[in-house]
Amino acid sequence: MLNKIKELWQTISSPSRYFSLGILIIAGFVAGVIFWGGFNTVLEATNTETFCISCHEMEANVYQELKSTIHYSNRSGVRATCPDCHVPHDWTDKIARKMQASKEVWGKIFKTISTREKFLAKRKELAQHEWDRFKANDSLECRNCHDFQYMDFTRQGKRAEAAHSRGLAQGEKTCIDCHKGIAHELPDMAGVEGWQ
Amino acid sequence: MMKRLFLIVLLMPFLVVVEQALAEQNIATLRSAEISVEPDAPRMGNEENKDMKRKRNYPMQPPTIPHKTANYRIDLNSNKCLSCHSRRQVDESQAPMVSVTHYMDRDGNFLAEVSPRRYFCNQCHVPQGELKPLVENTFEDIDTILDNKKKKQ
Ligand code: HEC
Ligand code: HEC
Ligand code: HEC
Ligand code: HEC
Repeated sequence: MLNKIKELWQTISSPSRYFSLGILIIAGFVAGVIFWGGFNTVLEATNTETFCISCHEMEANVYQELKSTIHYSNRSGVRATCPDCHVPHDWTDKIARKMQASKEVWGKIFKTISTREKFLAKRKELAQHEWDRFKANDSLECRNCHDFQYMDFTRQGKRAEAAHSRGLAQGEKTCIDCHKGIAHELPDMAGVEGWQ
Repeated sequence: MMKRLFLIVLLMPFLVVVEQALAEQNIATLRSAEISVEPDAPRMGNEENKDMKRKRNYPMQPPTIPHKTANYRIDLNSNKCLSCHSRRQVDESQAPMVSVTHYMDRDGNFLAEVSPRRYFCNQCHVPQGELKPLVENTFEDIDTILDNKKKKQ
């Protein structure tokens, strides 16, 4: 053991043929920082609405519909962008979502929803993926902005107050169970629970 | 004869001008602005959201909606109203159920689903605003009339 450490120290302190290993390590560290930064920058860049709607599939359909909703324009001027609702804030979740999103690049290449007709035909399937995701993470993205803890029920409408203290407070239901279609038009809802 | 006709034809453009002027006046009063100017749109009223039911304003009036319905969609794909008011949903939503007539076709046969002719809820039911009515309503329902009659006797 001791010998091994000695050996290691010798290698580190002795110059390599061109650079000392110490310098190499520092250089490696710097390169790592640059790579890491670059990686995060790319991640950030793909996390903007401008990026999302750079694909006409996203721009011509869902974005146009979002525009007339309260999450695009309201009296307070606070708005939700695509990544706010569709990309988790947590880093590991983010990476996981990005890996999933490679399916979108696939979809782009194979033109799965390249026309309005194709999009409408596939919409229910896509929406179902999103509902499942929100259901599985207890509507995490909604809660990033709408914190149940700070919801003042007395300031809400009567119906909202009643529904929230019944279904939501007990934890039986999550936002997406009751608030489907808040940001885009809905697909054919026949067979979806609560919409028959 | 020919001369008179000629005169009328000659005067026609003037008639049109006079007519237009008159029409302009009328339209101006309706839209509260000259025909040539684009007035600002009136402010949008706030929909009432008190969940307090209102009385009828005339016999057979469809009940008015006591809450906001802005951004509620009703189309081929989905019907937001029925997601609370349909027979299936009322236990969960605690909303009033649409009446049994809504499940009948025009021959009085009962259907399993809301009848297509009743599907577009806001054809008959409308949200309310806190506004001053343009015309006062003097409607009295049958109960009031009967009560008044009793009092007179
Ligand atoms: C390369 C073009 C492109 C870009 C950029 C893009 N999308 Fe998409 N998106 C697609 C295509 C194509 C599909 C359909 C995939 C399929 O057929 O399964 C899709 C599907 C989706 C779905 C449905 C997902 C599912 O699981 O079925 C969501 C949600 C979505 N996109 C959101 C976004 C968001 C948010 C962004 C920005 C971060 C974004 N998209 C950027 C092309 C794109
Ligand atoms: C970026 C932050 C943000 C995110 C994420 C977000 N919201 Fe909102 N939401 C808002 C804002 C801002 C308003 C408007 C508040 C106002 O002006 O009254 C709003 C309004 C609403 C309303 C009220 C609608 C109305 O007509 O009064 C509902 C319901 C709602 N959001 C549900 C959701 C759900 C469900 C999700 C998740 C899918 C979600 N929100 C995600 C910020 C957000
Ligand atoms: C049990 C069903 C249910 C659940 C679960 C639920 N809501 Fe609601 N929510 C309603 C109803 C009903 C209304 C009032 C009607 C409407 O706005 O369409 C409402 C209204 C709202 C409003 C507008 C408040 C107002 O006074 O108009 C917001 C914001 C909102 N919900 C956010 C959320 C968020 C965020 C979650 C998840 C943390 C959530 N809701 C979960 C049923 C629900
Ligand atoms: C307020 C939250 C919110 C915002 C902002 C939002 N979405 Fe969505 N999105 C949803 C929800 C919830 C669904 C699930 C379907 C539904 O309920 O309408 C969905 C579904 C989708 C789908 C699947 C197809 C469909 O219509 O159901 C795509 C694609 C999509 N969103 C892309 C986008 C893009 C691109 C943007 C930005 C222009 C965006 N979304 C902004 C909440 C949001």
